[in-house]
Amino acid sequence: MQITVTLNGSDQTHDVEPRTLLVDFIRTKGELTGTHIGCDTTSCGACTVLLDGTPVKSCTMLAVQADGRAVTTVEGLKRADGLHPLQAAFKQEHGLQCGFCTPGMMLVGAALLEQNPAPTEDDVRWAISGNICRCTGYMNIVKAIRAAGAEMATS
Amino acid sequence: MFPSSFDYVAARSVEEAVAAKAGAGDDARVLAGGQSLIPMMKMRLAAPAQLVDINRVPGLDALERTNGQLRVGALVRHADIARSDLAFGAIASAAPWISDPLVRNLGTLCGSVAHCDPEGDWNSVLLATGADVVARGPSGERTIPITDFVVDFFTNALRDDEMVTEVRIPVPNGRSGGSYQKLERKVGDYATVAVAAHLELGGTGAIARAGVALTAVVPKNTKVTAAENVLVGNHPSTELFEEAAELAAQASEPRDDVRGSAEWKRNVVRVFTRRALTAAAAQAQQG
Ligand SMILES: Cc1cc2nc3c(=O)[nH]c(=O)nc-3n(C[C@H](O)[C@H](O)[C@H](O)COP(=O)(O)OP(=O)(O)OC[C@H]3O[C@@H](n4cnc5c(N)ncnc54)[C@H](O)[C@@H]3O)c2cc1C
Ligand code: FES
Ligand code: FES
Repeated sequence: MQITVTLNGSDQTHDVEPRTLLVDFIRTKGELTGTHIGCDTTSCGACTVLLDGTPVKSCTMLAVQADGRAVTTVEGLKRADGLHPLQAAFKQEHGLQCGFCTPGMMLVGAALLEQNPAPTEDDVRWAISGNICRCTGYMNIVKAIRAAGAEMATS
Repeated sequence: MFPSSFDYVAARSVEEAVAAKAGAGDDARVLAGGQSLIPMMKMRLAAPAQLVDINRVPGLDALERTNGQLRVGALVRHADIARSDLAFGAIASAAPWISDPLVRNLGTLCGSVAHCDPEGDWNSVLLATGADVVARGPSGERTIPITDFVVDFFTNALRDDEMVTEVRIPVPNGRSGGSYQKLERKVGDYATVAVAAHLELGGTGAIARAGVALTAVVPKNTKVTAAENVLVGNHPSTELFEEAAELAAQASEPRDDVRGSAEWKRNVVRVFTRRALTAAAAQAQQG
């Protein structure tokens, strides 16, 4: 089946089997490997992408379901003039160690800040509760998302 | 992990979805949020020959109150309910406890209802509030009371050529309240024990309608009629709620597993039923 997905702003048209998962479409057809496959069982959030702005687990969605829709991956966060404030804040606040969960954490953070530019610690913890990090411990991830919110409010 | 191959139909209307489903018999499955079906297909626990994707059917995402009912369309996501002002009582109380925030963005109430997982939360809420499921087939629409819809674990009352178009939950006229008490080990885990309670008070303050239902400690989501009967006609009180809680504990059939012993779970049923009824009564007495 031929589908067109707007991946980080550019239209990607490919022929796929209906059973192709969105995450595999992104990684193999889109050649963007920032979207990770962790558990492959809808539990960890490493595969999180934004579907028309809403965070979803791309290991649990078919690529054909994204036909005609806009998908943002972590690569799509980068701005023309450099890092996205979330990326800068994760670096600044030590919000990552191995980096495996980081794309998902940043995208969930981006969607949260879109709706709530100044989230409390609880708001952030609630928002990232579907994303698992096995090394950083959530403290610095929470700090980084809040710091990015503060930065985005002033810039 | 990949699902086995299947034919994919992106239906543009309910009629088209029903016709596609009727054409493929029990080899076809409706794809709603996909948050139960796709994991099952990836693990090859399900291998439908055809998927009828309803996500592009206009109108199914309506969440509204009309004619004294809260109507939840087949594409209303758990997250839509969690942030809606229209949700009330046990429905509003349960919504934030379904899965995790990402699953809630895709998973639907109607899909969960159709799935009939005894560890799923919505069917208990609907049993307690007395909801109806609206099904559409080639020969038209029928309304199935939730008590008849939940046939067994992973078994609903739909015919092969039918799909759920919406769930209708009666909105109480007078003072009412509800609560969903859920114990889970971590966010995204299914319930170890959960209890839904719904109360409506009459003019004198006595309980006019009561709903109590259990999740995860019974082979299918189950209404505890014995507890409901004890409640109706009486004024809310600690003793009354303890009596109902005891009946709910007796009606539960928990098993020993990694989440805990049967005896402990039965005790949690008792405590949660009392808490859910107390919260429901407090809400009803306020409003
Ligand atoms: C990590 C994780 C945690 C979860 N935790 C919980 C939890 O705590 N509590 C809970 O209740 N659920 C939980 N779930 C399940 C989740 O709520 C699902 O969204 C829900 O069970 C199914 O809804 P869906 O829209 O995703 O349906 P789908 O996965 O699309 O479908 C499920 C089944 O219902 C059928 N179906 C769907 N819609 C219709 C329809 N309109 N008409 C006829 N048949 C239909 C499908 O054919 C399929 O057989 C969890 C899921 C995951 C992945
Ligand atoms: S890889 Fe998708 S949730 Fe873990
Ligand atoms: S940084 Fe390693 S899993 Fe989060």
